[in-house]
Amino acid sequence: MVNLSTQIGSLTLANPIMPASGTFSEDLSEVLDLHQLGAHVTKTITAEKRGGNPTPRVCEVRGSMLNSIGIPSKGVQHFIDNTIPFYNAYDVPLVVSISANSADEFARICEQVSVPGVAAIEVNISCPNIEEDGKAFAMRPSTTTTVMEKLRSASDLPLWAKLSPNTGETIEVALAAEEAGADALVVANTLLSMAIDIDTRKPKLGNLMGGLSGPSLKPIALRMAYQCAKSVQIPVIGCGGISTVEDIVEYLIAGATAVQIGTATFINPNIMVTLLGQLETYLETRNIASVSDLVGSVRDENAADAVVFMETAP
Amino acid sequence: MSLIQRHTAGEVSPANGTTHEVETSVKSNIAVNGEYRLLTLDAPQCVLDCQPGQFFHILCPVTTTEQPYLRRPMSIYGYSADKGELQFLYKVTGEGTRALATLAKGDRLNVLGPLGVGFRIRDDWQNLLLLARGVGLATLAPLAQEAQRLNRKLVAICSARSADVLMSIDHFKSLGAEVITVTDAEGTSGLENLREIIEGRIAAQGVDAMYTCGSNRMLKLLQEIGATHNIPGEIALEQQMACGLGMCQCCVRSFNRKGVITQERVCREGPVFGIEEAMAW
Repeated sequence: MVNLSTQIGSLTLANPIMPASGTFSEDLSEVLDLHQLGAHVTKTITAEKRGGNPTPRVCEVRGSMLNSIGIPSKGVQHFIDNTIPFYNAYDVPLVVSISANSADEFARICEQVSVPGVAAIEVNISCPNIEEDGKAFAMRPSTTTTVMEKLRSASDLPLWAKLSPNTGETIEVALAAEEAGADALVVANTLLSMAIDIDTRKPKLGNLMGGLSGPSLKPIALRMAYQCAKSVQIPVIGCGGISTVEDIVEYLIAGATAVQIGTATFINPNIMVTLLGQLETYLETRNIASVSDLVGSVRDENAADAVVFMETAP
Repeated sequence: MSLIQRHTAGEVSPANGTTHEVETSVKSNIAVNGEYRLLTLDAPQCVLDCQPGQFFHILCPVTTTEQPYLRRPMSIYGYSADKGELQFLYKVTGEGTRALATLAKGDRLNVLGPLGVGFRIRDDWQNLLLLARGVGLATLAPLAQEAQRLNRKLVAICSARSADVLMSIDHFKSLGAEVITVTDAEGTSGLENLREIIEGRIAAQGVDAMYTCGSNRMLKLLQEIGATHNIPGEIALEQQMACGLGMCQCCVRSFNRKGVITQERVCREGPVFGIEEAMAW
């Protein structure tokens, strides 16, 4: 018997596999047994009702996809009345993803969703917002600090900060989030991208640009997860392009204590449970007793710190 | 050409729904005419409890030249629990369907379904009328099968560019439908002629419900006729999809629900909607 459980701060997960926000909803219960997941992570909600972006909202590129869904949201009250009770029927920690246009609004919704039945809050500080001229909070350490401090004072629940691959200051942002009270980092959100139809010369997404996800994002998100795990004391949850058990193991070795699976679920809705079985087999056949034995086991002892951290020039 | 079968290994876990991700085996994959192909799959019983108008989300194979990534939604052309069979009629247009066209007998294909809300045939709807063009006929074919099972009368008005690409005529006839064909080549597919044909049916035998899919022109025509004669109708709509299950919010369209414009997911609230609420695009 191998030990699949993992620890994200004060929270114990039965296994390290959970969905990435935005690629999971109650609807998946028709295909997949939701009891088997390490945690449930909901799609980002905002305080107000939002319609979302114009279509097309998704397009595929070679072996990956771009999306610009735009966080359609039925609002926080609908979520509290309907979504939280649905997930509370499962004995699996519920992680609620939230976002807002300003740091104050963010703190308000954070307080609103800090209710019984919610195990942790994933703060999506890596989606566009108005206050910072369309840039996400997690683009810069200073804005990360501002929003995370307000969020921290708004809730006693564990806060998972979801970081952006669009910043050149990965480590500075990670440290800022940790310093301001984040309990874990989710690394990372999608990478800003674009695709154009060469016949019509129109952008393939209705919103011009969107986030890249899928296998082509993996090396980038893995690099970030590694750098973050090297820099902070809080747990790092790897997210980006995972579609095989080898991908999961790679993230764990890089230093992630758990992983989120997103776009791969669109290709194979059963994949999270399939990968869980494969992870167990992987550990058993290699006589690895526990998931935690893999975490951070990367053999990077010969690498210079300057190479590991690749910090932005001052 | 090498063909990579895409599937997940391992046991599929029990869930609480009627939708399943399953491996099927190709029975045949033949050209119907210059543009369309008919794919017949040997499918497990668990996915064959289908409703007309529902769809499957198909994991197209990867070939040396075609590398589709996301699944492709495809309306069901035929399903038979007795034969253990699932059929799709498709036009080869892009990367996914070009890859699908390479499948040969015995190849495996991963499908997810059945998905979505299908057509309704209410108990008091005895005289049904369907209007479709091109591949839209594929979507409406299972409706003919269901109408026959429920012992309802069905008139199928089938439209195409020319007679040689009119499809499924024999299929509709074998399912007991009365078929009326109209084509661009003969100059019979125009809206005014269609209006005349439908008004004629309403005046003669009466029409209790109308069904269509895929075309803006046909939608508007049936909306007008439906409003004039107070006849309900349903339309199957398409939209680009990613997950097909309702999670990603990619496939929304706008609907007019009693004056309020709402966004609904084609994969989940649809793909079949009321004709009166559908909005032209």
